[in-house]
This record gives sequence, C-alpha cells and structure tokens, in this order.
Amino acid sequence: MNNIDISNSSLFLTAGLIFISLAVGWYEKLKINKSIIYAALRAVVQLFVVGYVLKYVFAIDNWILTFTLMVIIIVNSSINASNRSDGLKNGLWISLAAISSSTIIVIGVITLSGAIKFVPSQVIPFTGMIASNSMVALGLCYRNMNAGFHDRRQQVMEKLALGADVSTSCKDILRDSIKTGLQPTIDTAKTVGLVALPGMMSGLILAGVDPVHAIKYQIMVIFMLLGITAITTIIACYLGYRSFYNSRMQLTRF
Amino acid sequence: MAILEAQNINYVADGNQILFDCNFSLNKKEIVTISGHSGSGKSTFVKILASLLTQTSGKIYFEDENILDLSPIEYRRQVSYAVQQPTLFGETVYDNLVFPYDIRKQKFDRHHVIKALKTVDLKESDLDKPITSLSGGQKQRVALLRNLIFVPKILILDEVTTGLDCDTKASVHKMIDYYMGNYDLSVLMITHDNEELKHAKKVVYIEDGRIKEGTENE
Repeated sequence: MNNIDISNSSLFLTAGLIFISLAVGWYEKLKINKSIIYAALRAVVQLFVVGYVLKYVFAIDNWILTFTLMVIIIVNSSINASNRSDGLKNGLWISLAAISSSTIIVIGVITLSGAIKFVPSQVIPFTGMIASNSMVALGLCYRNMNAGFHDRRQQVMEKLALGADVSTSCKDILRDSIKTGLQPTIDTAKTVGLVALPGMMSGLILAGVDPVHAIKYQIMVIFMLLGITAITTIIACYLGYRSFYNSRMQLTRF
Repeated sequence: MAILEAQNINYVADGNQILFDCNFSLNKKEIVTISGHSGSGKSTFVKILASLLTQTSGKIYFEDENILDLSPIEYRRQVSYAVQQPTLFGETVYDNLVFPYDIRKQKFDRHHVIKALKTVDLKESDLDKPITSLSGGQKQRVALLRNLIFVPKILILDEVTTGLDCDTKASVHKMIDYYMGNYDLSVLMITHDNEELKHAKKVVYIEDGRIKEGTENE
C-alpha cells in the first residue's frame, strides 16, 4: 500500500456514510435499520478478523493452513448457496460439489499456467473470488430451477407421460437455469471497463500497480469467472434436478 | 382379457385420502368412459394408471405384470396419457411431433407423420406452423398426435374434449375411431360431456374417491 493508506480516523469518518442508509430506512419506514447496523458491524468484525488471519497465514506460508482456509471459504459459500436452494434435497452437498469442483479446476488451471503461484497470498484471494462468484451463480440457478419446475410442472408431466426420461422432461428448465446463472458474468464481461472498473483491477491500481499489469490480471479474472459460473451451474443443475422426481420418475415437489 | 387391471387402489396425499379401494379393468380394444363430479378423484385415478402418481396401496397390472416392476419410461410409452389444455413444446408443430422420435432416439419419419396429420384434418404445411398461431382445437389435436405417433396399447384421455367446439370434438372422436380401428388400441377417457356419455359403450362413475358400484355397465 504505497500510494494509498486509510487511517483509522478516515475510516471512522467514512462510517458516517452508514447514516445515509439509516436515514433512508427511517424516512421510508423500511424497518431495515437493525439489519443495516448488524450488517455493518458484522462486516467490520469479519474483515478485521480475516485481515489478521490472512496476515498470519501469509507470513507463515504453510500449505496445510492455506488448504484449511480454502476449505473454510468453500464450505461457507456452499452453506450460503444451499440456503438459497429453497429446500432442494441435498442442497448443501450439491453446492459443495459444484463450488469445490469449480475451485479445484480453476485454481488448477491458473496455477499450472503460471498466472499465479500456489502461495497463500495468491491462492486464498482467488479461492474467495471463485467461491463468492459461484455462490451468486448458484443462488440464481436454484431460484430459476425452482421457479421452472413450479411454473412448467404440467409441461414436465406431459413429457414424462409421453415416455421421456427425467433429464429430457426438464431439459428446457435446466438450460434456462444454467443460462440465468451465467448471464451476470456474461454481462459483466461485456461491460467491464465501460461501465465499471472491477474491484480487483481498481485495488491493484490503488495499490500502485501499473494499470497495464492490473488489466492483465483483470482479463484473467474475467476468463476465470466465465469458467467458474459455467462449471458451478452445470454441476448444480445436473445434480439438483433429480430431487424434483422420485424413484418412479414422477414429479414430487410443489 | 383385461389389458389393464387396478385392484384396491387407495391414494392418500398430504393426509387426505383421495381414492378408496378402487377396482377397475380395461380390456383389449375396449373404450371405457370415466365420469364424476369435479374433485371426485377421476384425474388422480387416471394419473395413477398412467404411472404419473403412485398409489398408496393396491396393485395395477398391465398385461398381467405389476406396473411397479416395469420401467416407467417403457410403461408410459405403452399407456399414454393426454390432458385437457395441453402445453405444446418448442415453437412449431414440428417441434411437437419430432419429440416422440427424439425420446426414442429415432429418426423423424416425415411420411408417417404426414399420414398421421391427415387423420386429424391437418396438412403437411401445418408442420411449420408456429404453435402460437394454432386454435385451441388444433393445439389439442397436435398434442394428441404426440401420443399417437407411436401408437400405444392404451390411450388415457383426461377431459381432452372439454371446452372444444362440436367440429373439433368430432375430429378428436374420428381420430380415436381411426386408431382403434387400425391398431390394437384401448381407450380410457374422462368426460363430463352429456353427448359423449350418451354414446359411451361402458361408463364408470367415480364419486368421492370411490368407484360407484353398479354403475359399470355395457
């Protein structure tokens, strides 16, 4: 942090911005002020704890500790994603399988290609990025799949009645769910640099890195995100759709 | 000889008993009409017969085999179920009629499909018609053709003629007659229509989840 350093007093003063959201909540009677205060406090505590943990982990550079931290990130994001699965059977295991697969594949590709080294200071932030993006994609994918099976129940039943197997009977729903999970990443890739400077690139520039180098990293991140969301959503959809059927290939939920 | 036989079918959903000890049989090349008030359990009963629901207790035999021992996919291709207000797939009539071939991993037989279209007063050119441009009656006929492109042994019609005009109803009946006359097809149809009931050869009434005794007659 050569070019930018946030002092504690600056941080304290910027906390005043929270009052704007509290004022909006109060003025519009949104009844969310408690949530805003709780979220802000949680963010401060979590980030400070993670900051000190990362400082320690980066300093001792131990692969077991690095791996443990990666597992914690993956499990937490899977729990969060499964909470959005609206009671999908084995939602946690499906989310875990999807997020860990995308993490292993993507971390594998970017380390083997030499883009990053397998050191805690590089692997852990990338794992966090992969897990959080996978989590968002899974949330969208689950919501779309649930809505699809609810709204197109009769169509699925008619396909089953004609003698289709279960995967054929819900092919359209799976396609739409995968597409919905991928769409935000595709949109981001299309508008990156035009609408927003992504967090990672901005962070590197603020930290004093040459913008050209920062751009290279960002391009890699975009490629990575496209891969992550595709892997995560396809695994989750193909593992998840079976929970809408019983062993007699009949629709069960809703 | 019965091709389909249901013995003591009970069905409970969410703690409510919908069907009580229902017994039923359908013979080869026979047409049976099921009637009864709304909510009496008719649709549930035929969905169980079509293997789209599983009975809580009781047994169903298809050609003397318990249907629970048969592959649901193979069974449904032999005991085909059609609904009132069907959902058409894809964008065109072709998308719907290619579906039975796709699920069987077979090549689309255009010649056979054109012949089938004629049985329901549709033309070859209708294949490319968008489904959004079809009338209610045309939609119903296309949906029924999906069931009949590969002729099943039993066709279950769940109120397919409800809401159709007289001409379309006649076209549906003509289609059923054609397939029954040319193939070993048995038909089970649910209807409320008085005209259809009057012409039915065999009627079974379901009331409050029970097949009413003494109402099954030739």
